[in-house]
Amino acid sequence: MTLLSIQNLSLSIHAFDVLHDVSFSIAAGEIVAVTGESGSGKSMTALGVMQLLPQGARTTGRIMLGETDLTTLSEPALCALRGNDMGMVFQEPMTALNPVKTIGDQVAETIRIHENTPKPEALRRAAQTLERVGLPQSQFPLSRFPHELSGGQRQRVVIAMAIALRPRLLIADEPTTALDVTTQAQILKLLGKLAREDGMGLLMITHDLAVVADMADRIIVMRHGRLVEQGKTHDLLRNMQHPYTRQLFAASAHTVTLPQTAQGTPLLEVSGVSRDYRTPRKTLLGKPGTFRAVDNVTFTLNRGERLGLVGESGCGKSTLTRAILGLEQVQQGTITLGREPVFTGARPNLAVRRRMQVVFQDPYGSFNPRHRVARQVTEPFHLLDSPPTGAARQKAVDEALTAVGLTPADAQKYIHEFSGGQRQRIAIARALIIRPELIVFDEAVSALDVSVRAQILDLLADLCGAYDLSYLFISHDLSVVRTITDRVLVMQRGKIVEQGATEQVFADPQHDYTRTLINAAPVLPDLHGV
Amino acid sequence: MIRNLILGGLLSALFITAALVSFFWTPFEYTALNIPARLQAPNMTHLLGTDHFGRDILSLIMVGARTSIAVALVAVGIGMCLGIPLGLWAAARRGSVVDEVIMRGNDLVFAFPSLVIAILITAVFGAGAVNAIIAIGIFNIPVFARITRGAALSLWERDFILAARVAGKSATRISVEHILPNVTNLLIVQCTIQFSLGILAEAALSYVGLGAQPPTPSWGRMLADAQTMVSLAPHMALMPGFAIILTVLGLNLMGDGLRDYLDPRLRVRRT
Repeated sequence: MTLLSIQNLSLSIHAFDVLHDVSFSIAAGEIVAVTGESGSGKSMTALGVMQLLPQGARTTGRIMLGETDLTTLSEPALCALRGNDMGMVFQEPMTALNPVKTIGDQVAETIRIHENTPKPEALRRAAQTLERVGLPQSQFPLSRFPHELSGGQRQRVVIAMAIALRPRLLIADEPTTALDVTTQAQILKLLGKLAREDGMGLLMITHDLAVVADMADRIIVMRHGRLVEQGKTHDLLRNMQHPYTRQLFAASAHTVTLPQTAQGTPLLEVSGVSRDYRTPRKTLLGKPGTFRAVDNVTFTLNRGERLGLVGESGCGKSTLTRAILGLEQVQQGTITLGREPVFTGARPNLAVRRRMQVVFQDPYGSFNPRHRVARQVTEPFHLLDSPPTGAARQKAVDEALTAVGLTPADAQKYIHEFSGGQRQRIAIARALIIRPELIVFDEAVSALDVSVRAQILDLLADLCGAYDLSYLFISHDLSVVRTITDRVLVMQRGKIVEQGATEQVFADPQHDYTRTLINAAPVLPDLHGV
Repeated sequence: MIRNLILGGLLSALFITAALVSFFWTPFEYTALNIPARLQAPNMTHLLGTDHFGRDILSLIMVGARTSIAVALVAVGIGMCLGIPLGLWAAARRGSVVDEVIMRGNDLVFAFPSLVIAILITAVFGAGAVNAIIAIGIFNIPVFARITRGAALSLWERDFILAARVAGKSATRISVEHILPNVTNLLIVQCTIQFSLGILAEAALSYVGLGAQPPTPSWGRMLADAQTMVSLAPHMALMPGFAIILTVLGLNLMGDGLRDYLDPRLRVRRT
């Protein structure tokens, strides 16, 4: 039985076309995944179904939920449907919950808006719903506030709000993108279970093909606002018709071959490093507590080595990165680069700093919007005693931009003229320009689309050959770390729990936590030889 | 939104032009007394009428604009010159003793009723335009310091600042090169608002006789002079009153318009 049927849906926002002629349907109890890269219109499709479109949006076509056409309904009629017949789960559980209301009130609110239920009754049902999503009352009473829960638990509350009235259709927009791998696996399992139990139609929006392949009954691939291909998961994966689908899957499973390098002398030596943060006082005059973010970490990175560091959020990766870069002092232990300490006394050592550079995760936040590319890229010249000027400076900029696949003409542009992938190239150019001995990549490809990510990984492999790079690659994405590093460190709660040659660690993990991580990561089915 | 900007800009420009023109030309000599022609309602000779000494009110308003603009301009200048660096410094040393001292100092200044302190300053050091400027200027410092610090704090968490730190740039250098250009929008807008508040404060001080001293005309003084005549010649109070209202309105509209205009997110919606 068809539950939701989208017929020839086109959507434009202020004369900017977002969707073209999209048609698909979802049956009751079916899990349909819409996938595609950013800008493909997948989220707009979801918002279109909920009729939560931004101002200035015009739609043509029909969105049928059962027998009603959602595009013709008035706002009050839609309000009665939303939450009642259609529920929605958002990407960011941090912002989807009201921080000043208890979780019980928030779940009960959904019930009370739609049904004339007295509050105690609504709360009782809220408690039942929270049990269903795996938040038992014994541990998570209704009186908890969102900030007392972890990210995964918050997402469970958001799901409870969406399913409290047992809607016929549940829309989940990137429900696990903001979560760690182990949490992601649990949330996906929960969503799948709920859809089956209630016979709900589940519309999943996700950019992660591995997630899609794992749980969807049917896959819809979108690109530039058009539906490219759809089919049953099994059939579609075995027999991809459209070149874009093939390209997308190839990019997700992209691997690179790193050039072999001779392992040299130790370059970066981290020994016995600990970093404590002070936590707020619990009582007015009580002693402030401490939180150990990095706990007695010791490792060595040799010249020419590509080292990976994996771990979930809050494991201390970022703190360690900052310490290595000399941005933060550590309480114990030493960090040396080529036998020189990163910190001398309380001041960062500039002589050491000019020998390393960093590439950050967010391609949008890592540039000053008011400077031209040439100025951004040459910023590290500040570290040199006699920075090149005039023609030499120009040449260095041209060289760095060319090395990362851009053109010298790009130097005069502003940063907003570039896409995310191009910006990340510029960030790499900025890191390369003073020829550092060590580059730290802090989640450098995590914010990119799969096809762009594949290109950046290729670029890194090329640069490894051309520049003799040694780098520390920090990521939560195991598949990326697996292809781009020689050796890997696994970090949990501030400690390094396992380290070894990348292939060996992935093939035969020794520590329980490593095993959990590897098992939890959704994997693409092996499509070779089909 | 763009309408606000244009209307506000026009009103502000009108008064700035009046002030500038008054250096070369006024319809009548503003100091010239003409007792027989006193308390005239607006007419063809005296467009805005005359006061109780027979002085031309239009001329007085034009010269008075000079005083108002000068006082407000210098006072806002003092606030910016001291407040912005303090705010940048506090943000650069966020969480440290320096930050605490600067911000608590600001709270202290904020905690005093500004006009009362301005009256105190002018009362202690003598009435006059210079002391009025200093008094108003002091209260502009915490406004700019807070706004700068607030905006700078979130910028300090951005990755491009981290990249600059990795490039070994000092906090001072980062503040000037990266932070300041990114808070300029905000400061320009605040500037227009503080400017209008400065004009109001100057009028208030002059009204109680602590601003510019006679014979220098000032809008607040003109209002004070008109007080006793208000039943005989209401235009004497209305004209400088309108001047103050229109200027402040113009500057506020301009501030609102500029804020919308300079915000790229709002600009997208406009086009």
